[in-house]
Amino acid sequence: MKILDADKLPDLAAVLAAAGYRVVAPVRDGAQVRMAEWKPGLAIDAGPIPANSVKEFLFPRCEVIARYSLDGDSFAPQPAPVDAPKTAVLAVRPCDAAAMVALDKVFNWEYRDDAWNARREATTLVALVCAAADDECFCTSVGGAPDARLGADAVLRCADGASKFILEALGEKGQALLAAAAGVLADGDARPDPPASVPVRFDSKAVTDWCGENFESPLWRDLGLACLGCGSCAYACPVCHCFDIQDEGTRSEAVRLRNWDTCGLALFTQHSGGHNPRPDQAARWRQRVMHKFRYFVERFGGLACTGCGRCARLCPARLAISQVCREIDEARKAAAK
Amino acid sequence: MTIAIYQSAMMNIVLARDEAPDVRTLRLQFADEADRVRFFQKYRVGMFGLYGVPGAGESAFCVASPPTRTGYVECTFRRTGRVTAAIRDREVGQAVTFRGPYGNSFPIESWKGRAIVFIAGGIGLPPIRSVIWNVLDRPGDFGPVTIVYGARTVADLVYKDELADWGARPDVKLVTAVDPGGETPDWKGQVGFVPFVLDHAAPPGAGAVALVCGPPIMIKFTLPVLLKLGFAPKDVYTTLENRMKCGVGQCGRCNVGSTYVCRDGPVFTLDQLRHMPAADM
Repeated sequence: MKILDADKLPDLAAVLAAAGYRVVAPVRDGAQVRMAEWKPGLAIDAGPIPANSVKEFLFPRCEVIARYSLDGDSFAPQPAPVDAPKTAVLAVRPCDAAAMVALDKVFNWEYRDDAWNARREATTLVALVCAAADDECFCTSVGGAPDARLGADAVLRCADGASKFILEALGEKGQALLAAAAGVLADGDARPDPPASVPVRFDSKAVTDWCGENFESPLWRDLGLACLGCGSCAYACPVCHCFDIQDEGTRSEAVRLRNWDTCGLALFTQHSGGHNPRPDQAARWRQRVMHKFRYFVERFGGLACTGCGRCARLCPARLAISQVCREIDEARKAAAK
Repeated sequence: MTIAIYQSAMMNIVLARDEAPDVRTLRLQFADEADRVRFFQKYRVGMFGLYGVPGAGESAFCVASPPTRTGYVECTFRRTGRVTAAIRDREVGQAVTFRGPYGNSFPIESWKGRAIVFIAGGIGLPPIRSVIWNVLDRPGDFGPVTIVYGARTVADLVYKDELADWGARPDVKLVTAVDPGGETPDWKGQVGFVPFVLDHAAPPGAGAVALVCGPPIMIKFTLPVLLKLGFAPKDVYTTLENRMKCGVGQCGRCNVGSTYVCRDGPVFTLDQLRHMPAADM
């Protein structure tokens, strides 16, 4: 059994950095803990659930997908190399790791996204078994668990009353990481702490079924009225992956950029001719719930939600998708009686 | 390594023709022969592409030329925003970027021997013009062709030269129309909205195939006329357009309900449309 003292996560990060990994870890940033690139001297805090998800390290907020040199009215393509550094993500939450598996399906849906795949290949996800959960966590309602291993290459688990971590490799990438970290890991025994308890808040199958029959529902109007349309939920979500493609240029160079985008914003579907197929926030909320709980299931056989709860923690209007799903589930049960 | 799916082909503009106010057709030739070969291996009528100008962006339009003409790609578009203005401003001899073809296509091989009725309004003609030429370029393969085409005004009719050409052909019945008030003193065509004009032309629907493309309001009122004329919902086709960025099912914005216009479409039958949520269109 590979053991690490609870206060030695920076040592683990340092030895991995020395072995050539870009290390991403939960780092304290003022009042928040954020997943960020670790640098020597930064404190790692694996306690709170990080405010951001891990997706930005595999699917950047903004990325150059094509590049051109410009010369008057003529242009010529230039290389736009993909940046895919060898990366170790420490203490990624199981909900985030599972989300990367969902995104694998999107980015390989017949057309393969080379950047996503290269970064996935170069990244080792070291999942942290959640020892605590908050009121917004609902992984157990969407097929996950605080100690789920889906998507993880290695697992960190609190042990001996949070005084130690047990580090276990789950595959080749995990074994390579453990080998690189051998200098800071001790062999020994420890008693794993119990994982957090996350109550099941709703039946996701019931939500999927309900969505199939309720394209028209007053629920969408109610949600739309409360929603400010800020898009925080989608940017914080580990599974939301919708993007925009925009060009930027100077007189001598132009880049084609892929930027995060979200169905919650009015311009997302706005036609240049003026028509908007999703003209109000009600239609956009419907798209958000339908995509996660119905369309994604139809396409890929799984949900596009892993229950991390970030959307609810960040929402300025205190809208929680888990609460929406619970109401749907309850309404369905009441209707069945 | 680059992201291969987003690398565009370079295409040179060899012909530019103004069709109507703000509507232009470009004929594009692949700068690289390998790109041309790759395109025509995949291209079937109904597919679309992403046309762009570096620094301005990319826009999705149909491919308006048929796969029977393998030397070039044509597109017809209206200038409505930043990207289409930049494409509009390119001149013969200059280049644009292109990637595609994407999407599904009209199953024309299953239409052999059958009468085909094309119905279009305004800038809805380009997406089915490729089918018209594909059918006309293969004489003997298909039954009689009827084209019903209307626009707001005479000036708004696109492909004016080709309309004259189609009108003169013995194998085509062409009906052109402009909205009431859109006619000029020398206008020889009909005056009226497309559904009304179609109703009067009354092409027999039994066993025939219909293609409809135009503004949503035109499609809405044309479909009942087609059913009245005896067309089967599975034999009525249209092609949808939604805002698109990636073209390959990943950017998440073109779906109507669970149907992705870029992957499952853009070509749909009336049968399929009936199962898609109208409130999402």
